[in-house]
Amino acid sequence: MSLSVRLRHDFPSMRMDMAFEVPSPGVTVLFGPSGAGKSTIILAAAGLLRPDVCRIEVDGQVLADTATGMWLPPENRRVGLVFQDARLFPHMSVATNLRFGMRRAPPGTVRFDDVVDLLGIAALLGRRPATLSGGERQRVAIGRALLAQPHLLLMDEPLASLDAARKAEILPYLSRLKTALRLPVLYVTHDLDEVTRLADSLVLVDAGRVVGFGPLTEVAARADLPLAQRDDAASLLHCRVVEHDPGRELTRLDAGGATFWVPLLDAAPGSESRIRIPAREVILAGRAPDAISLHNIIDGTIRRIAADPVRRAVMVEIVLPNGALLARVTPDAVSRLALSPGGPVLALIKSTSIEVLGG
Amino acid sequence: MIVAARAVGFGLPLAIVMAWVLARYRFPGRSMLNALVHLPLVLPPVVTGWLLLILFGIRGPIGSLLLQWFDIRLVFTTAGASLACAVMTFPVMVRSVRLSLEAVDPGLDQAARTLGAGRLDRLFHVTLPLASPGILVGGIVGYATCLGEFGAVITFAANIPGQTQTLPLAIYAALQVPGGEAKAAELSLVSLTLALIGLLLSEWLGKRLNVVLGR
Repeated sequence: MSLSVRLRHDFPSMRMDMAFEVPSPGVTVLFGPSGAGKSTIILAAAGLLRPDVCRIEVDGQVLADTATGMWLPPENRRVGLVFQDARLFPHMSVATNLRFGMRRAPPGTVRFDDVVDLLGIAALLGRRPATLSGGERQRVAIGRALLAQPHLLLMDEPLASLDAARKAEILPYLSRLKTALRLPVLYVTHDLDEVTRLADSLVLVDAGRVVGFGPLTEVAARADLPLAQRDDAASLLHCRVVEHDPGRELTRLDAGGATFWVPLLDAAPGSESRIRIPAREVILAGRAPDAISLHNIIDGTIRRIAADPVRRAVMVEIVLPNGALLARVTPDAVSRLALSPGGPVLALIKSTSIEVLGG
Repeated sequence: MIVAARAVGFGLPLAIVMAWVLARYRFPGRSMLNALVHLPLVLPPVVTGWLLLILFGIRGPIGSLLLQWFDIRLVFTTAGASLACAVMTFPVMVRSVRLSLEAVDPGLDQAARTLGAGRLDRLFHVTLPLASPGILVGGIVGYATCLGEFGAVITFAANIPGQTQTLPLAIYAALQVPGGEAKAAELSLVSLTLALIGLLLSEWLGKRLNVVLGR
């Protein structure tokens, strides 16, 4: 099953021409600077904006196809949309707001009590939207969209209008939703933290074009894509907790064949998590050093070496059995170690440099 | 009083429809329609009454049809007085309703769309409830204006006591009679009270509604 979007639209100031296809269910984050065209994709998917050329297909169901003149109006699309400003109906209670879409949709699998429970809004049901905090409003808006039994959930910067504390309050709920729902989700943000915590797939959008898309771990580790140009460039890997070693205060993680040791975790063995490894924390070596404090010496193959002239650095992309690593080193290191695409290399990573993100 | 109630009763729903059309849609002739709606506001009332007489008179194009098909006679009847009042207060009501419709956040309409609500569904469950303070104020001000309507009514429906005599017509009639000042004063007091009650009521209801609407 997949979600595929293709659209072209001429705005007075710029042309949008974008296409991508991602697996469904799963959270796909549309990431890019403001005005790049992320919201255009969301509005077109919801049916609130009609592009010149557009085809949108969700799990085999075509929502819009300008080639055949097919255009489902928003009210018949069963596509949930969470706006940046929650847009709750001010004249209804929270409970009535939640039921607004549910009453108009055929019975589905999303149950009222489950959603209220999942989002922690049971105490708010009798209140009016005007009396809610920003974070509470956004949670109700998410619940309202889910209860309309959507085939596709769209979230247009749902956390952008909230301060850091409110964001931190909602993010865990979103992570829980992600695992509880079997639903394709398109999520717009320009906050990298939300990307690393929520995304399964990533679509990079810039100036009306899609510059790259694919699984998060792949796109994040592509040295030639914009994410690698950032100061906080990092690789992301899916891991499973293998065992704890309380004596050494370490936990062993397995990322599809590559082993990582990190400082002792609380997570139960067998649970899934994702880890983030900043590119500037990765050391490359030709030979394994001995007598070193380091725990993680990872075997890999170089796939790509991309110059980063602004920082007088080089980004090296290393293939692992499952995923890829990014290392930001100096051009001098590349020539001293004689690194080249296709060649073997050892990545040295301090346990304390690995950020474990959970879920 | 009954004249005014009927005028508002029939006029307000029409005013809502007209206001919705003017507020939401852009079409050729829209400004012409807008001007037509507001015409009674700037036209001398007597002219409006005369135009009604031409259109709805027994021999007028609409009046003769009504008489032939439905046996309805509007001229010089209570219904006619209501029609004259409704036409005169229509612009006031449309203005008030339209302003409140335009104040409703179109984003909420979009949200309702994505939640599966069709056009009428959205109108009745989102837009109109949110515009209700303006609609209410329009109705009350319209009612109060109806009570004071003079020129168009006297021209179109005449001044028949108990049938088409509105308050100002009664006051005017009383003033024409020698020694009628006392009656005129009495009626004026009634008029003053009604107007005050109307204004206070609309203020109070508007506040209450805003509380309900969570503003």
